[in-house]
Amino acid sequence: MISFHDVHKVYADGTVAVDRLNLDVPEGTLTVFVGPSGCGKTTSMRMINRMAEPTSGTVVVDGADVATVDPVRLRLGIGYVIQGAGLMPHQRVIDNVATVPVLKGQSRRAARKAAYTVLERVGLDAKLAGRYPAQLSGGEQQRVGVARALAADPPILLMDEPFSAVDPIVRHELQREILRLQAELHKTIVFVTHDIDEAVRLADRVAIFGPGGSLQQYEEPARLLSRPANDFVARMIGAGRGYRWLQFLDATQLPVHDIRQFTVATVADAQLGDDWALVVKPDGLPLGWIDAGGVLKHRTGASLLDSITSVGALFRPGANLSRALDAALSSPTGMGVAVDEAGKVTGGVRAADVLAALESHWRD
Amino acid sequence: MNFLTQALTYLTTASNWFGPVGLGARVLEHLEYTAAAVVVSALIAIPVGMIVGHTGRGTLVVVSLVNALRALPTLGVLLLAVLLWGLGLVPPIVALMLLGIPPLLAGTYAGIAAVDRTVVDAARSMGMTELRVLLRVEVPNALPLIVGGLRTATLQVVATATVAAYASLGGLGRYLIDGIKVRQFHIALVGALMVALLALILDGVLAFAVWASAPGTGRLRRSPHVQASISAEPSPNVDP
Amino acid sequence: MHYLLNHLPTAWTLTVIHLRLSLLPVLAGLVIALPWGVLAWRSAPLRRLTTVIASVVFTIPSLALFVVLPLIIPTRILDEANVLVALTLYTSALLVRAVLEALDAVPAQVRDAASAVGYRPITRLIKVELPLSIPVLVAGLRVVVVTNISMVSVGAVIGIGGLGTWFTEGYQANKSDQIVAGIIAIFAVAVVIDVALMLVGRFATPWTRASRVSRPGRRLLTAPVVGGSR
Repeated sequence: MISFHDVHKVYADGTVAVDRLNLDVPEGTLTVFVGPSGCGKTTSMRMINRMAEPTSGTVVVDGADVATVDPVRLRLGIGYVIQGAGLMPHQRVIDNVATVPVLKGQSRRAARKAAYTVLERVGLDAKLAGRYPAQLSGGEQQRVGVARALAADPPILLMDEPFSAVDPIVRHELQREILRLQAELHKTIVFVTHDIDEAVRLADRVAIFGPGGSLQQYEEPARLLSRPANDFVARMIGAGRGYRWLQFLDATQLPVHDIRQFTVATVADAQLGDDWALVVKPDGLPLGWIDAGGVLKHRTGASLLDSITSVGALFRPGANLSRALDAALSSPTGMGVAVDEAGKVTGGVRAADVLAALESHWRD
Repeated sequence: MNFLTQALTYLTTASNWFGPVGLGARVLEHLEYTAAAVVVSALIAIPVGMIVGHTGRGTLVVVSLVNALRALPTLGVLLLAVLLWGLGLVPPIVALMLLGIPPLLAGTYAGIAAVDRTVVDAARSMGMTELRVLLRVEVPNALPLIVGGLRTATLQVVATATVAAYASLGGLGRYLIDGIKVRQFHIALVGALMVALLALILDGVLAFAVWASAPGTGRLRRSPHVQASISAEPSPNVDP
Repeated sequence: MHYLLNHLPTAWTLTVIHLRLSLLPVLAGLVIALPWGVLAWRSAPLRRLTTVIASVVFTIPSLALFVVLPLIIPTRILDEANVLVALTLYTSALLVRAVLEALDAVPAQVRDAASAVGYRPITRLIKVELPLSIPVLVAGLRVVVVTNISMVSVGAVIGIGGLGTWFTEGYQANKSDQIVAGIIAIFAVAVVIDVALMLVGRFATPWTRASRVSRPGRRLLTAPVVGGSR
C-alpha cells in the first residue's frame, strides 16, 4: 500500500534526515516507526502525505508516486493525527471532526450528522460535540483528533506521536482504543513514537530508525525482541527486552495446579500449617491469600479483609507467558492465581512452569 | 516645487542654524520637551507595568487606564494646562505624558507577562525573592518589548511635541505653525522636514536598541565580572 | 460640562467632521493593509520591503505629512482631501504591521495540522488563519482608531476642523470650559468607538469566550506593538 524506494533527504547544511529508505507497508497493517529524536521517523512519515519532500527517491501510495498527485487531494485521502491534536481552536468539536468531509464537498449538515457516529466510535460523549477544543481535556482532544482523521474513512492513517502528551493511564486507554479500532476497520496505519513499549504493543511490524535517518530493522515485534539486528536496536529496546518478548509467547499449555481454597464462610476454621490458602468469594472470584497468622487474626475479631493479602495479578485464559510470570511473581506465595472467563478461580500457575515452557520453546 | 527648493535653501543656509531662535536651538528645545516627557512617562509607566505584569493583579484597571489615556486629546490637555498653569515646561510635559505612558505601560506589562511562566517558576524555586525574580529574570527577558514600548512612546512624543509651539513655546513646531500662519509655506516645510528627520533618526537608534536587547543573543556585551564567573570553576557561593 | 450641553448642535456637527476625518482613513487603511499584509506575510522578500516602507511612513509625524503631501499631490494643506490621504497613508502603514503581527499569532501547529488534513492554501487562509488572527487584529485596530481620533484634534493647530477647533478657539478666547468640553467630547467619542470595536471583536471570536481554563488577568495582557508617531 505504501512503499519507500530509495528515499533520501538531505538538508542544505548537509545533515541527512532520511538515509536511503526502502520500506514497504502492507495494506491493512499497523506499522510503527520508532527511534530517538532526530532520527527521521517523523520526516519519513510526513513524506507519505507530502508534508515533507524527499531530496531523491520516490514514495508510492496505493500504486501512485505521491510526487505526481495533487498534494491536497492526497491529504484529503489520508487521515493525520498529531501530538496535541492540532484541532482548529475556533471551531466546535463537531466541526473539527467534520472538516475533511466538508472539504471534500459534503454538505455541512450531512457531515455533522456523520461526525456524531465517528465521535461515538472513538468513545466520546455526544454532548462534547458543541464545545470548543479549549474546553476539553488533553485525552479528549486527542480522541477528537483521531475522530477527525477517521471521519472521511480514509484507507490510510498517519499518526505522529499522538499519545505522547497525555498521562500514562489515558495513554494506555487510547492505545487500547487504537487496537480495537484497527481490529474493526483494518486501515493501513503508520504510527510514529519514541516509546518502544508502545511500538511493541501496537505494531504488526516495527521499523527502528537510527541516527542519521537510517533504518536499522523492520520486523514483527516478537522477532525484533528476540533477534535485535545490532547493538543500537538492542539498546533502543533496552533492559527488559527479554521480559517484553515473553508477551509474544503463548501460555495455553501451562499446567494449572490445585490450590488449597477456603470460602469466606469456612476460612475461620481453617487449619493452616506453614502454607497459604486462597480465600474465595461465594461467586468463585478470588478475594485474597491467607496464612495461619491471618486466620488467627480473623478468629480473634479482625475483619477478613484486614487479615488477607492481595492476590496479585490474575492469569486469565488466552494470556501470554509474560502475564503468567507476572501473576506468579506478584503473588505472596509464588503461585499465580488463574481464573476463567467469568473470573472464577481455576487453579494456580508457577514461575517454574513458565521457565520450563521457555526452555522447551528454545529447544524447538 | 517652489516651496521645496525654498525650504532646502533655508536648511542649507548656515546662519539659519545659529542664534537663540535658529534651527539648532529649536531642535534642542524639541529634544528637551521630548526627553523630559519620555523620562517622566517612563518613571511612572515602567514601575507600574512591572508590578502589574509580575503579579498579574490590577490588569483590568491598568488596561482600561491605558485605553482611556489614549483617548485623551493631547492638544486639548496641553492648552488647558497652559491656561491653568501658564507658559513653561509643565504643560507640554503633562500633555505629552498622556501620549508617552500608554505605550510604555503596555510594552512593560505585556513584556513581563509574556515571560515563560516555567522560567519564573524555576527562579522562584531556586530561592529568589520576588524582587530578584522581577529584576533578574523577568525584566531581561522582557526587554525587547519594553524597549519597543519606549520606541513607540518616543516617536509619538517627538511628533506631537510640535504642538507645544501653539502654546507659544519653542520646538520645531514653531516653523510648522508660524509658517502656516503667515502663509510662508516653505518655512512650514522646513519644520516638517526637520521633525521627520529627527523622528527617523530617533527611530533608527531605538530600533537598534530593541534589536540589541534581545535576551540570550549576547548582543549586549556583559560586564567582564560576569563573564569571568561563568568561565571559572562553579563556586559554592553563586550570586543569585 | 455646561459648555458642552449648551453647544450640543455644534458639538454634533464638529463630531461628524471629526469622525469623518479619523474613521474614513481607517477604513481605507484596512482595505489597503489587509490584502497587502496577507501578501507580505506569505512572501519573505515582500515582507521585508513592506516593513521598511511602513516604518518610514509611520515614523513621519502626521503634521509633517500634512505639510509635505501637497508637494506630491495636487492639494493644499488644509484641503480635506489632503488630510484624508495623509491619514490613510499613515493608517495603512500602521495596519499593515498589525496584520502581519496578527497572522504571526496563529499557532504554527494549527497551520500545519490544517495543511495536513487537506486545506488548500487559500482555503486555509480564509477559514483558519484569518479567523484566528482576528483577536490581535482587533486589538491593533482599536489602538489605531483611538489614536487617530485624538490626533485629528492635533491638526487644529494648522487649521484642520473637527472637535479640535474647540481647543484652539478656547485657547485664543481664554475659555477653559470650552477646552474641557472638547476634551470630554473627544474622550467620550473615542471610548464609545473603542468599546464598540471590542464588542465586535468579541462577537466575531466565540471560541475565546468559551474557555474553561479561565485566568482573565493573563489573557488581557497582550500589547499590540502597533503605534507609530503622531
